[in-house]
Amino acid sequence: MSPKSQSLFQPQLVKEALKQSFVKLDPRLMYRNPVMFTVELGTVVMLFVTLGLLVNPDPAQGSFAYNFVVFLVLLLTLLFANFAEAIAEARGKAQAESLRKTREETPARVIDEKGNISSVSSSQLQKGQMFVVEAGEIIPTDGEIIEGLATIDESAITGESAPVVREAGGDKSSVTGGTKVLSDRIRVVVTTQPGESFLDKMIALVEGAARQKTPNEIALTILLAGFTLVFVIVCVTLQPFAVYSKTPIAIASFIALFVCLIPTTIGGLLSAIGIAGMDRALRANVITKSGKAVETAGDIDVLLLDKTGTITIGNRKATHFWPAPGVDERQLIELATTASLTDETPEGKSIVELAREQNVDPQQLQTHLQGAELIKFTAETRSSGVTLANGTRIRKGASDAIRQLATKANQPFPQEVTQRAEAVASNGGTPLVVSENDRVMGVVELQDIIKPGIQERFERLRKMGIKTVMVTGDNPLTAKFIAEKSGVDDFIAEAKPEDKMTYIRTEQQSGKLVAMMGDGTNDAPALAQADVGVAMNSGTQAAKEAGNMVDLDNDPTKLIEVVEIGKQLLMTRGTLTTFSIANDVAKYFAIVPALFMVAIPSLGALNIMHLESPQSAILSAVIFNAIIIPALVPLALRGVAYKPIGASALLRRNLLVYGLGGVIVPFIGIKLIDLLVGVFM
Amino acid sequence: MNQDLLGVLVMFGLALGLALPLGRFLANVFRGDKNALDFLAPVERGIFRLSGIDANREMTWQQHLVALLTINLVWFVLAMAVLCTQGVLPLNPDHNPSMSPDLAFNTAISFLVNCNLQHYSGESGLSYLSQIVVITFLQFVSAATGIAAAVVIFNALQARTTDKLGNFYNYFVKSLTRLLLPGSLIIALILAFNGTPMTLAGKQELVTLQGESVAVSRGPVAAMVAIKELGTNGGGFYGANSAHPLENPNFLTNVVENVALTLIPLAMIFALGFYLKRKRLAWMIFGVMTVGFVALLAPTIYYEMHGNPAIAQMGVDQNLGALEGKEMRFGAAASAYWSITNTVISCGSINSMHDSFMPLSGLCQMLGMMTNAFYGGCGVGLLNFFAYLIIAVFIAGLMVGRTPEFLGKKIEAREMKIAVIVTLLHPLLILAGTAMTAHLYAGNPTEYAGWLANPGFHGFSEMLYEFTSASANNGSGFEGLGDNTPWWNISTGVVLLLSRFLPIIGPVAIAGLLARKKVVPESAGTLPADTATFGVMVLAVIVIIAALAFFPALALGPIAEHFSLY
Repeated sequence: MSPKSQSLFQPQLVKEALKQSFVKLDPRLMYRNPVMFTVELGTVVMLFVTLGLLVNPDPAQGSFAYNFVVFLVLLLTLLFANFAEAIAEARGKAQAESLRKTREETPARVIDEKGNISSVSSSQLQKGQMFVVEAGEIIPTDGEIIEGLATIDESAITGESAPVVREAGGDKSSVTGGTKVLSDRIRVVVTTQPGESFLDKMIALVEGAARQKTPNEIALTILLAGFTLVFVIVCVTLQPFAVYSKTPIAIASFIALFVCLIPTTIGGLLSAIGIAGMDRALRANVITKSGKAVETAGDIDVLLLDKTGTITIGNRKATHFWPAPGVDERQLIELATTASLTDETPEGKSIVELAREQNVDPQQLQTHLQGAELIKFTAETRSSGVTLANGTRIRKGASDAIRQLATKANQPFPQEVTQRAEAVASNGGTPLVVSENDRVMGVVELQDIIKPGIQERFERLRKMGIKTVMVTGDNPLTAKFIAEKSGVDDFIAEAKPEDKMTYIRTEQQSGKLVAMMGDGTNDAPALAQADVGVAMNSGTQAAKEAGNMVDLDNDPTKLIEVVEIGKQLLMTRGTLTTFSIANDVAKYFAIVPALFMVAIPSLGALNIMHLESPQSAILSAVIFNAIIIPALVPLALRGVAYKPIGASALLRRNLLVYGLGGVIVPFIGIKLIDLLVGVFM
Repeated sequence: MNQDLLGVLVMFGLALGLALPLGRFLANVFRGDKNALDFLAPVERGIFRLSGIDANREMTWQQHLVALLTINLVWFVLAMAVLCTQGVLPLNPDHNPSMSPDLAFNTAISFLVNCNLQHYSGESGLSYLSQIVVITFLQFVSAATGIAAAVVIFNALQARTTDKLGNFYNYFVKSLTRLLLPGSLIIALILAFNGTPMTLAGKQELVTLQGESVAVSRGPVAAMVAIKELGTNGGGFYGANSAHPLENPNFLTNVVENVALTLIPLAMIFALGFYLKRKRLAWMIFGVMTVGFVALLAPTIYYEMHGNPAIAQMGVDQNLGALEGKEMRFGAAASAYWSITNTVISCGSINSMHDSFMPLSGLCQMLGMMTNAFYGGCGVGLLNFFAYLIIAVFIAGLMVGRTPEFLGKKIEAREMKIAVIVTLLHPLLILAGTAMTAHLYAGNPTEYAGWLANPGFHGFSEMLYEFTSASANNGSGFEGLGDNTPWWNISTGVVLLLSRFLPIIGPVAIAGLLARKKVVPESAGTLPADTATFGVMVLAVIVIIAALAFFPALALGPIAEHFSLY
């Protein structure tokens, strides 16, 4: 993983972007951006005017030098706009490439139908081919395990150093190219064509060709084109007005007025903002399949979150032993521990751990297990445990499962145990009842541990106007307790995969946008239905195909970050549009008096900035107009910071900074440039 | 001086005080809720039965527009027929001749579109029949058309998903029976009792104090003037409009007429609030419009009350303000208030000559028409404001990090396209029209010398004002313009048609498209449209798009004139 906090302008990226700035002058590329395209037309006209003056000097049009400088500044405006787009592309590409590099050109051992193994370069692997990987080898490409189980180091992609287990079948079957097998041997089937992995798609998205405008971007482009047209009208009609008023206006002044008034700032930065949004997602280790997905994320109203791993830490933990009446607490602890020693589930392990804390030595109990028969948990019995060599049956399980055992054996189920189990459940815990030879011995309390800081995150989401929904397999009582404790707004208890789907549909029917995260194949329909579906990279191929984003970190809280990136993207567009349009006020006051002052001296009163001369005023305005673009590139790339302070407060803040700022800054900027230009004129 | 200002405050206060209850009443009328004039329901049912209209048939936005355009076309034909034959038709005691087809065309269009640009003088140009069945009739129905279109938008903005937006004829007829007819009746009575003629008898011969004998034109004036103001039409019975002593006899009638013309545009804002049960939204709109209105009113009153420095230099006392072209019975402040209310609202009646106002007052009058959304005309003012609102919502929505939405409906590319076209149209028509005229004039100043009474900056203002007035469907003239020539008739005629119907079609289409969309429930992340902050945003959009686009043109007209005067 490359360091995330790299500077905005790395030398090699800048070099590439500079080259691209010239390539992008091609009108066939330029016409996609109507605002800058008109600037290009103006620049071409200026070029001809300047060349014409060389041949045939005309005092009415100003000196050759002046016209040439105006031409140069316009050209610079174009180059700056191109540079903004190019540097955003370069950064996005560099980020994606650095991820891709990890997986390129690793030898793969391909197995053909006859079982022969041959070595092939990873870049030549075709979809559907099979290969084997063993401990110590790098997985050549994305695929799905069809045979075997392995521990895999995914730190190259996720930065997480703890190895993960992947096995054939189920939800943990997918492997990512570039990760390393630490143990065992697996057979993997290739799931993507070369050049079609998510990363490849992402790179294509960042590059111009595949990049489609998002709906918001289209609407904004229409608005900007509208603004441009208004100023076309303003400038074209000014010609007869000027003739009527006997105030001839030089071509350079017309073009300068036009270029300054049209929203070149946002027009020049628009595509850079969009690319930077995807790039920021990538930096958060989220691969987006379209720019639209990032934008939609900013609009999300409802967030479905799995309880486990998102809201609570991993799994439930044993927190208390509650012996039944007449049972010694120590006896209960020993029984529960014995039944859990071979239990690999996190719950089982946590019982052993709690026993150790209460001074029961699990090592000693190990001896009881000799010759014992292990009873695995099944959905039918809903209990597990051991049957010792001496025939003692120790079971632990859900309250009603053990009640059944006891009733069958004509053993009482003490009232106190029932009460305790209910008390535990109503506290958000899970009661595990322990029995010995069907006699009820007591209750083990399992509790969920809520992640520290999660309440604050939900609070932040609430302020953004996003409703959080916890999805859990727990019973409604437990779910409610955890929901309240963690501060989620709603929960789906005893959730089956189709419940998620139903929930998403209902919310969508009421006009809301829903985001969810999932990893299993049975999540795929819901991921596809959700407006933003983030699949975990560890998830199945089906899940990854269904979602519109893939999270390389497998971090369930990532959704929150994605939402903020989406909001930042829209905000950056909105604020820079406001800034760009607000700039017009000052530009009018710089250029309009400059146009008429000579012929109509009384209009000199409009020259409130006291600019040196008409020519210096026009030059200052176009220069300001040009350099504001690169000056705002860092903002466009980083995005405007999102603060969840409520929409109205946010608008007020942004209006003050970018609206009022947009009115004031150019007054100062143009005046300063004019002082500087005045020195040379 | 202070008394003058008090008069202005009283006029605004009266209008506001009446507009609030009227807004609530209108909301009830158009929602079909119980209201004070329900006893008129049998009359309306009779009208519907007579015309074979099922007033309960719900229409889509397209059907609304078809209905609107169809009846407008019918009225146009009717108006043309009467104007071209009025000389031989009854009710013509003064024996005024029939109109020439081109003048009839201009007049019919002009009154059809609620503009009332007049290239004739009522005294000699129209028979009483024409005054009643063409002029007064069109003044009623064109106002009702605008109101009905606005009600379609009210209906569409409710929080539900539908393409059924009520019945156009229902809205249209009720605007007439419940609002325009009763309102005009009251106003006409006040006018008649103050000396405005209301008769079908012809000219009255009298001998003046100087001993000259004159024939004074009369007619059904009171009825016509009432709807002229209430329906924000503006076209006068007499050529001199409300500066004529019989059309506007005294300060009281001046107050009544001025209040009448501001009443419906104000009431429609509050009606929107009551109809949608979003009173805060109505106050936001009212606030934005009022800030814009006051920003134009204040300098006008200031400059008119301070007189003309050039005339002061000639030794003429300017203590009563710049009175050239004004009526003594109204005074400088009330005339300034009248001129700004009549230009921000597309009424366009005059009680003083705008040509004689101080340059910056003329600028404010023009800006009132260029923005055309600070109150605006009957119903259509809200439609214009709606287009600006959509653009403001879009930019503001992005600024808070959400896909822009207005009242729970997402604003997307299609709505944006329409809003942009509607807002673009206005500067296009004004600037292109003025540019062509300026080009023709500058090309041959001697041939077209009759066009402009004043050359230079003031002449430029005259041209700019004429096209602004036409495009805003205002109808007032800067005067000093030889406007009864083929060029002015044709060019302003085209502008009139385009600038009436496209700005109705556009906003209704946007509202219709929005009505079909899913309602997005409001959340903490939703941008509320009813806050002062958002109001500032809308105002900024109007100022920067609508006002600033005219800055270079205004610089060559009123601004240059102002700085050469002061």
